[in-house]
Amino acid sequence: MSKSKVPFSGTDAQRDELQAYLKAHASERGAMLPALQKAQEIYGYLPIEVQEMVAKGLNVPLSEVYGVSTFYAQFSLYPKGKYQISVCLGTACYVKGSGEIEARLQHELGINSGECTPDTKFSLDECRCLGACGLAPVMTINGEVYGRLTPDQVPEILAKY
Amino acid sequence: MKTVQELNAIRERMKDVVGLRVGETGKAQYKYNVMVCGGTGCTSSGSMKIIDKLKDEIAKNGLQNDVQVTMTGCFGLCALGPIVIVYPEGSFYSRIELKDVERIVKEHLVGGSPVKELLYHETVSEDGVKSLNDTPFYKKQHRNALRNCGRICPENIDEYLAFDGYLALEKVLTEYKPEDVIKLMIDSGLRGRGGGGFPTGLKWKFAAANAADQKYVCCNADEGDPGAFMDRSVLEGDPHVVLEAMAIAGYAIGATEGYIYVRAEYPIAVERLNVAIAQARAYGLLGKNIFGSGFDFDVHLKLGAGAFVCGEETALMTSIEGHRGEPRPRPPFPALKGLWEKPTILNNVETFANVPQIILNGAEWFANMGTEKSKGTKVFALGGKINNVGLVEVPMGTTLREIIEEIGGGIPHGKKFKAAQTGGPSGGCISAQNLDVPIDYDNLISIGSMMGSGGLIVMDEDTCMVDIAKFFLQFTVDESCGKCTPCRLGTRKLLEMLKKITDGRGEEGDIEKLEELCNYIKTNSLCALGQTAPNPVLSTLKYFRDEYEAHINEKKCPAGVCKNLLHFEIDPAKCKGCTLCARNCPAGAITGAVKQPHVIDQSKCLKCGVCMANCKFGAISKK
Repeated sequence: MSKSKVPFSGTDAQRDELQAYLKAHASERGAMLPALQKAQEIYGYLPIEVQEMVAKGLNVPLSEVYGVSTFYAQFSLYPKGKYQISVCLGTACYVKGSGEIEARLQHELGINSGECTPDTKFSLDECRCLGACGLAPVMTINGEVYGRLTPDQVPEILAKY
Repeated sequence: MKTVQELNAIRERMKDVVGLRVGETGKAQYKYNVMVCGGTGCTSSGSMKIIDKLKDEIAKNGLQNDVQVTMTGCFGLCALGPIVIVYPEGSFYSRIELKDVERIVKEHLVGGSPVKELLYHETVSEDGVKSLNDTPFYKKQHRNALRNCGRICPENIDEYLAFDGYLALEKVLTEYKPEDVIKLMIDSGLRGRGGGGFPTGLKWKFAAANAADQKYVCCNADEGDPGAFMDRSVLEGDPHVVLEAMAIAGYAIGATEGYIYVRAEYPIAVERLNVAIAQARAYGLLGKNIFGSGFDFDVHLKLGAGAFVCGEETALMTSIEGHRGEPRPRPPFPALKGLWEKPTILNNVETFANVPQIILNGAEWFANMGTEKSKGTKVFALGGKINNVGLVEVPMGTTLREIIEEIGGGIPHGKKFKAAQTGGPSGGCISAQNLDVPIDYDNLISIGSMMGSGGLIVMDEDTCMVDIAKFFLQFTVDESCGKCTPCRLGTRKLLEMLKKITDGRGEEGDIEKLEELCNYIKTNSLCALGQTAPNPVLSTLKYFRDEYEAHINEKKCPAGVCKNLLHFEIDPAKCKGCTLCARNCPAGAITGAVKQPHVIDQSKCLKCGVCMANCKFGAISKK
């Protein structure tokens, strides 16, 4: 597995929080998924260093942790931008043109989906249905919802950040 | 822990609080009850801020003892959010903004007359305000699974109790034997609402028959079909109904533990489930010795992590166990060896939402609704190119035409209906010729689609059916777990072939190759994800073969969607040289002097269509 290009910079407080969680939950059945969710909540992503901590804490091979962390879309092995943009590619949004919104975002930011701008300000991801189909097409920036979008609105929305 | 008498006292007391909402004004504690939707759709457009502002304004006017503000679940008409309903009249305010709140409080709650301009236009007639139930959107609906959504505050167990909450559980535990419950479920004809349509009572019967030291009841709340949001709305609007039904199922099959596997992408649903579980435990409705019957049952939440395949029952259980959510071969079926190898039943949220009502009203009541083989009502998430985007619940057997044209209010901008997609990535597209087929499990399969969980996406003439097939295949390729080859490689190959066709590289014989591969994937994949993945291709081929042929033979996309098959042109005779297109082009592909016809550099053009949308002279066309 390849290491992230951004060096890992976890703090002691983050490590202590994760290890306390792992200690409290290690003996539970099915502990891996919640543990990785907790780890991502603490660090924002799951670099190999964090996965190693989870493997050690739950006493399972790193390969098993890696197998799970790469299986689920929720987990990211790479850091995200300061502003995380998520454009909905659910069916309802797609037929209302969210593909155009995504293309415009990629063009404005100069990155592909799944990537982060070089200054780590923005990252762009696709998601499958936020459930706000009444507002289609929809995107979120750090959880803030923008609905009934047209591609033209993209530059002015980005300029707000 | 509450006794039956204490629960009844709460129900009695709450009747005065919630009475206004059901037209019982007699002992109503408040003069007005303002209900604000707190579902995902409306919160995304700011309904929580509206609640705060309402409370502020009400306090400013000294009305806090006369007006109750309640956060509630989804009313269904998501396209008009945020929605505010004021009882006792049931005035339905749509697309409310913060600035409107002061007016509603002043004119309606203080002054006593509804603000007509802010009401949903369908409820306003010349001679006054119509009831919501008389509007086209609600008239044909029959809210059963959604009965409490929009009627109670989902974070208050007392409001759930007020509408007969936990009465079904009480009845089952004090009057019924487990086999009576199972018989009732079988007699009702309830079939699984998650997609497969397997008879719920039979599933319970199989699990009940297998003896074990531990059994489990699981709730599938991993609503993965993009564009489907009925389960989320039930969880957000009426979480207790799921807990109550799971306890009933536990009693029926002899399980003492339940798991709800819910998408982490549904933060509001997760939060309300947590609140509901804590409240039910505090009242002794979950836990040890429920209603003094000796029956123990508790529920745990497990958060999914974004994998579509986890909606498949064996994959879901593998995921709860903490592993990669890969499906397991069946048999053994979960009723024999499910979660942690113990007998397990898995039902979907909407299925559970029907259970307490069946217990209270009887099997016959339920079996009287719907068609011969599909009983009851079904919730559909109506989305895409339709006016009334939202959640509708109709008796099985309602036609697609009624749902789209009457309830859905038709297609925006006078466009023509082309297809309706049901069943998500496992389903298919239904064309105009089948609009009058009564919708039930079996009819949908016979026209090449499936019920799925109930997503219903409407497409108009601007949607390219080959592109839609490609869209769904991209989804299945992303979501294939990789365990079996027909699905892992077959779907990838299908996607490549569809890309080739939409890129304009299609050749004669491609359609036949597509069909051959589709059938191979269908018959050889391990689980339902792979077995149904070709459906979007097969159903579009069945009804829209001419579009495939146009892409392949004429290298044209009739709907004007596939970018490699179209280009934009400026008609020099119509162009006034206003420069608007050039200024708006994100790629700088348009050049031309002021007041001179402009030209598009095709090599730079992104085909985004911004120029055409901005041109005031209709000089730009898509070819």
